[in-house]
Amino acid sequence: MSTGNNSQLESNQRVTRFLLVVVVVMFCFGFALAPMYEALCKAFGINGRFVEIEQGVYDADKAMQQVKADRDRQVTVQFTASRNQNLQWEFRPMETSVVVYPGEVREVKYYAKNLTGKTVVAQAVPSVSPGQAAKYFNKIECFCFTQQTFKPGEAKEMPLRFVVDGKLPKKISTLTLAYTFFDTDQAGTKSKAQVDTVLRVAHNAK
Amino acid sequence: MSDHKPTGIKRWLFTTNHKDIGTLYLWFAFTMFLVGGAMAMIIRAELMQPGMQVVDPLFFNSMTTMHGLIMVFGAVMPAMVGFANWMVPMMIGAPDMALPRMNNWSFWILPFAGTMLVSTLFMEGGGPAFGWTFYAPLSTTFAPKSTDFFIFAVHMLGFSSIMGAINIIATILNMRAPGMTLMKMPLFVWTWLITAFLLIAVMPVLAGAVTMMLTDRNFGTSFFSAAGGGDPVLFQHVFWFFGHPEVYIMILPAFGIVSQIIPTFARKQLFGYASMVYATAAIAFLSFIVWAHHMFTVGMPVAAELYFTYATVMIAVPTAVKVFNWTATMWKGAMTFETPMLWAVAFVFLFTIGGFTGLMLGVAPADFQYHDTYFVVAHFHYVLVTGAVFAIIAGVYYWLPKWTGNMYDEKLGKLHFWLSTISVNVLFFPQHFLGLAGMPRRIPDYAIQFAEFNFMSSLGGFAFGLSQLLFLFIVIKCIKGGEKATDKVWDNPEGLEWTVPSPAPYHTFETAPQIK
Repeated sequence: MSTGNNSQLESNQRVTRFLLVVVVVMFCFGFALAPMYEALCKAFGINGRFVEIEQGVYDADKAMQQVKADRDRQVTVQFTASRNQNLQWEFRPMETSVVVYPGEVREVKYYAKNLTGKTVVAQAVPSVSPGQAAKYFNKIECFCFTQQTFKPGEAKEMPLRFVVDGKLPKKISTLTLAYTFFDTDQAGTKSKAQVDTVLRVAHNAK
Repeated sequence: MSDHKPTGIKRWLFTTNHKDIGTLYLWFAFTMFLVGGAMAMIIRAELMQPGMQVVDPLFFNSMTTMHGLIMVFGAVMPAMVGFANWMVPMMIGAPDMALPRMNNWSFWILPFAGTMLVSTLFMEGGGPAFGWTFYAPLSTTFAPKSTDFFIFAVHMLGFSSIMGAINIIATILNMRAPGMTLMKMPLFVWTWLITAFLLIAVMPVLAGAVTMMLTDRNFGTSFFSAAGGGDPVLFQHVFWFFGHPEVYIMILPAFGIVSQIIPTFARKQLFGYASMVYATAAIAFLSFIVWAHHMFTVGMPVAAELYFTYATVMIAVPTAVKVFNWTATMWKGAMTFETPMLWAVAFVFLFTIGGFTGLMLGVAPADFQYHDTYFVVAHFHYVLVTGAVFAIIAGVYYWLPKWTGNMYDEKLGKLHFWLSTISVNVLFFPQHFLGLAGMPRRIPDYAIQFAEFNFMSSLGGFAFGLSQLLFLFIVIKCIKGGEKATDKVWDNPEGLEWTVPSPAPYHTFETAPQIK
């Protein structure tokens, strides 16, 4: 069909090229939303993500010296545990709930047992609810900082030491800490990116 | 040479003619409208009484899911593209679309995508049953195997829409007749230009969302899985970044159609043409920055709730400009109420009801109460059925004489209008009350206090569904024959499409008209 002259053809091609570039850019933008979302959640400490600036502030000794318990209020900290659905584990907190003063260092333990017949390297991923409280929950020592190796049938009690920051908003009186345990080997065979993400999350949680 | 074309099936398979492709789009859309409508009938049959009677819950969930997907991607969007194909070249004095071969391709992807989508219902484990919004992890971890076919169908639908949009933009920017400046373009062309840009911007994001789903399901990534460091709420952000502009993709061309029809039957120029153009552009811009009002209940910080509330409510301003302009166009006009005008006036009135309930839903603290109830269902059916679908039907009646050369049966057209308008309100108005009283959406059973309104709603639903068969009959009757239409068809309508003979010849404007 002779619908137009050459200049028309050229401008059609120009418009099409430009729009195709926009399409590709927007497709990439869709994927870019994932890291952007993560970064925003961290920057504002929302949605249970941990804030990076807390890193290093609470090494154990310093924390012990600095913190002074605020005896005027109490905060209930609840613990839950879940497994990635593919993981054959027993995994639970040994205490489901403790009452602490802000600034007080407490230790609780999680129990985990490998029910499979092979050695498994597992990684725990923490999350705090309500999301706004995440940045006030400081873990001094946590089994989630590193990957845990379990021999077949091996069971462990794993410690967690934490301090609830005194700056925790007054309206929050209950915190829930949830751990999900999952098999890093399994993830590793699937995707390295997944393991990296996990390690990054765990690292930031320190 | 001007009417040379291949005959039989080849004409339709290989056609690069914008009118043929427009016709194909419209028939495809109508077919899908009936398929999606049949699913709605199943939903209403199940909900007619409390308790489980017609289908099992999984199938019910597939029905709500597929009804939504088919109506959005199979019926409303293709119908609007069909109008664009038929009317945009004729309205701007162009001989055809800018990229005719791609035009053929973008249509012929659709039947395959549609078939693949519907075929999931017959697969092992059933079709997608997670709602048309396919939130993770329901659509990733817990979905049936057929979901992968659903994902490919969405990819194909996306390709089709993107190609259609590129074509429409290239046509409007490059192929206007000499003298047709942008601000002289008919409003339907303007709304489609803006809609096409929305499509280009958000369909790739949807493609990204379903691709992430695909890799989460099959290749071990964890975009939406908290166990692997991802977040299911991310899915909702990505989806609604696409989803909110998507609702304007469906309604802006409807605004355009109504803006063509009302001036014709009010026998006045459209009031506030320039403000209509700017309002359309403003709505399109705002549609990108309000997405999270669909997900107020995920637990956002108060600041975000405030922001999304204010931004959302702001959309009422340009929308009100439009409603005001349509009303002002009718004000003191020499109005007559032929069938297209009846549908257009009903559009203005009923769409505005949907707009008001949208305002209620846009306010975060109120939304906590309404979220995922039948109030939401009532709201978006008022904007999509009495909004987009009514505008499509109005447009069909308005341009059908130009397409076929015959007048449709005015008596039957009016009957179709009154049956539809009464039944659609019996169908959807009680759902407001159900929602406010707390009936959740997407559940096949309900507490008995909801029985009466559901019964009414189902009766309205069946009547509305049956009325659309009358529409099919009227259209076929008009194609077969009837009173010959004049070239102008209506009493002095504005626009280049009325300067060509009725029916519009296969090729129009091979020499571009001069616009003064």
